[in-house]
Amino acid sequence: MLPELGHFALILAMLLAALQAFFGIAGPALGRDRWTAAVTPAVAGQFVMVATAVACLIASFVANDFSVTYIAENSNSALPLFYRVAAMWGAHEGSLLLWIFLLGCWTVAVAIGVSKLPARFAARVLGVLGVVSFGFLLFTLATSNPFLRLDPPAPDGRDLNPILQDFALAIHPPILYTGYVGFAVAFAFACAAMLEGRMDQMWARWTRPWTTSAWAFLSVGIALGSWWAYYELGWGGYWFWDPVENASFMPWLVGTALIHSLAVTDKRGLFKSWTLLLAVLAFSLSLLGTFLVRSGVLVSVHSFAADPTRGIFILAFLIVMIGGALTLYAWRAPLLKSQAGFDLGARESFLLFNNILLVIGAATVFGGTLAPLIADSLGLGTLSVGTPYFNPTFMLSMLPLLALLSLGVHAKWKRGQLSGARRILLTTLVIAAIAGVIIVFGVYSHGKVLSPVAATLGVWIILSSLVDPVDRLRRKLSLPRSVIGMSVAHIGLGIFVLSVTTVESFTLERDVALGLGERTSVGNYEFRFEGIKSIEGPNYNGVEGKVTVTRHGVPTSVVYPQKRQYWVQRQVTTEAAIEMHHGSNVFVALGDELGAGKWSVRFQIRPLVNFLWLGAFIMAVGGAIAATDRRYRVAREAVTTVPVATPGVAGGASHATPGQFREECPGPTLSGRMPAQEEAG
Amino acid sequence: MTPRRKRLVLVLGIIAGVSIAGALALSAFRQNVTFFFDPTQVTAGEVPAGERFRLGGMVTKGSVQRAPGSLEVRFVVTDFKHDIPVSYTGVLPDLFREGQGVVAHGRMSGATFVADEVLAKHDEKYMPPEVAKSLKKRQGETAAPGGA
Repeated sequence: MLPELGHFALILAMLLAALQAFFGIAGPALGRDRWTAAVTPAVAGQFVMVATAVACLIASFVANDFSVTYIAENSNSALPLFYRVAAMWGAHEGSLLLWIFLLGCWTVAVAIGVSKLPARFAARVLGVLGVVSFGFLLFTLATSNPFLRLDPPAPDGRDLNPILQDFALAIHPPILYTGYVGFAVAFAFACAAMLEGRMDQMWARWTRPWTTSAWAFLSVGIALGSWWAYYELGWGGYWFWDPVENASFMPWLVGTALIHSLAVTDKRGLFKSWTLLLAVLAFSLSLLGTFLVRSGVLVSVHSFAADPTRGIFILAFLIVMIGGALTLYAWRAPLLKSQAGFDLGARESFLLFNNILLVIGAATVFGGTLAPLIADSLGLGTLSVGTPYFNPTFMLSMLPLLALLSLGVHAKWKRGQLSGARRILLTTLVIAAIAGVIIVFGVYSHGKVLSPVAATLGVWIILSSLVDPVDRLRRKLSLPRSVIGMSVAHIGLGIFVLSVTTVESFTLERDVALGLGERTSVGNYEFRFEGIKSIEGPNYNGVEGKVTVTRHGVPTSVVYPQKRQYWVQRQVTTEAAIEMHHGSNVFVALGDELGAGKWSVRFQIRPLVNFLWLGAFIMAVGGAIAATDRRYRVAREAVTTVPVATPGVAGGASHATPGQFREECPGPTLSGRMPAQEEAG
Repeated sequence: MTPRRKRLVLVLGIIAGVSIAGALALSAFRQNVTFFFDPTQVTAGEVPAGERFRLGGMVTKGSVQRAPGSLEVRFVVTDFKHDIPVSYTGVLPDLFREGQGVVAHGRMSGATFVADEVLAKHDEKYMPPEVAKSLKKRQGETAAPGGA
């Protein structure tokens, strides 16, 4: 009964999404206020229906209902409860439903958030989100329905892919998708602005918190995936330039550019059409990511669905959405002229370079990811593009980006002066250079050509990001959340850069054949293979090795790497043993039995690798802090209060003094120059 | 400088930067792309001498051999028309198994393909697409058993 209920709810959700799209777009266009007002109920109804469908599917998973094809293929009665729930998004059909559900969550949040904005604009935003939701619901129902019955029912399920039976990977898709889908909100805001044919600084202020939140989720999602690949796949790498990784990384890069471009549109009313284009691009890449992952067109560890009809549907959807948005852009963007200018050394220039370099970075990733596909379809042979291409080309655009960051953060808006920041920047650069040299040649004693450069840039970014907040605290100036958030995010980036540098420069790895009681040394560490025993888990059995680790002759720990074989799919997984010592990760993975009592064992020492994911997480925290800045809330509430001209009446903005209020909220129609602001420093 | 000239300098700078980046990316791309060949193509001598490439096919059942206690492993990759012996030293991936699809990176050394990387990045119901395609093609030529 439950699967039918879920299926029915999904059909109703699609109809409601169609209504939401129709009312949201046609209502404001034809000036029918009743239609416009009908959008919010449609949003609520659609969300209830989608949530019902999700609940039905999860309940069926928990109840081990193997008469449902999707559950029979992706679950098993021996699967622990937590993974039975997570199995809901373990494969194609369910992950699409998860996508739709998260889009529903974002849409409800947006509906609440935009309730104070002009009704037509709000309806248009929700209408565009309705179009996206409708497309995905249609796709799911037409090609990938998770509720289809299996006749006769399977006696037991084929189990969740064992490599997915892992905590980080269980929560990775929801978080990653929250980021992906979040760019739909920026996209909807951009489309709504284009439909209105008007876009001002207030628009940027409404859009910024949504974009930054989506970006923060995407950052955490990507980092979780990378972490999982590191400890679960048994190779010990954190990034493989795998098509699916690239698919999530491209929207992240463009999203990062969008965040920075939005800052310029917000503060100075510039880069308007560019911002719109980036918003369209970021969401297009999210959709393309879905296409790449879910159509199975590329060789990839994650491509679980290899069904070309789905790919064609997604491609058509992609063309309609992106083509539609770009047509709208071509028609409306020329209306959006910016009046103000800026100097070559002004902050706007640095943010322009930031955008160009990030987009070039995204383009090099894009080229490398799609080249095999294009070459194949043109009959040029089957080729593969890997790390040897991606690493140097990507660095080419990222190194200048990192080098310009510290300068850009301290440049003034409009005028090309570093003013008082010049000295402190130089000081921090010198300190950073010394620190970089010490890290590369002092601590680790060898390195590659770029190691000291990258290490210096990492330290410089961290130090220079501290300058502004510390200065504000010392002078007892206010410290808005946007400034804290920016500094935190940049510090996270600096930590990330430092970590990538040490990992790429100083990683030691060895594959060794070891018999009982034999030793091998890697760097400062010595490993002794003590023995091996059989183990049994709830749905697998396997072997567990015992390895003692000594550092400089001092015993540090005993680790137990495992090799598991899952019963249902007969799949083997490697559970590497990982420990952190003195900032470095010691990684021990058990390979195969080689005969003659020997086993192959992989040893890796990766310095500071944990700081890579920590850095990404700190970036996301920075984004979260910045997204909650008071200006954005004030900007939302200003719309209803400014025309009344008595800011004091504004209920939610009571803690803003009238003076501040006027300065920060120039009203929804003001465009062009902004008064000099505190944040300009 | 007038604003117009400043903008001109800015735009020219950007164009120069983008073209340099593009040129470098393209050259990196040319040097670092590896092509895929199946055993039939390798036997026919389609691989340029000494070039690094990817060899893909099925691991012949019963072909995996090891000198006891050694990291070196030998196996045969087949497309059911031609066979290529492969040698590899290191830890094999979890999904490597006899009778399954595999892609190996490396070079020919005499008649043996010496792999420096072995990939079996797919789950049970999934094959590397290029292997699936190659097998289909070869299967079309004769009615050989197996395939995707």
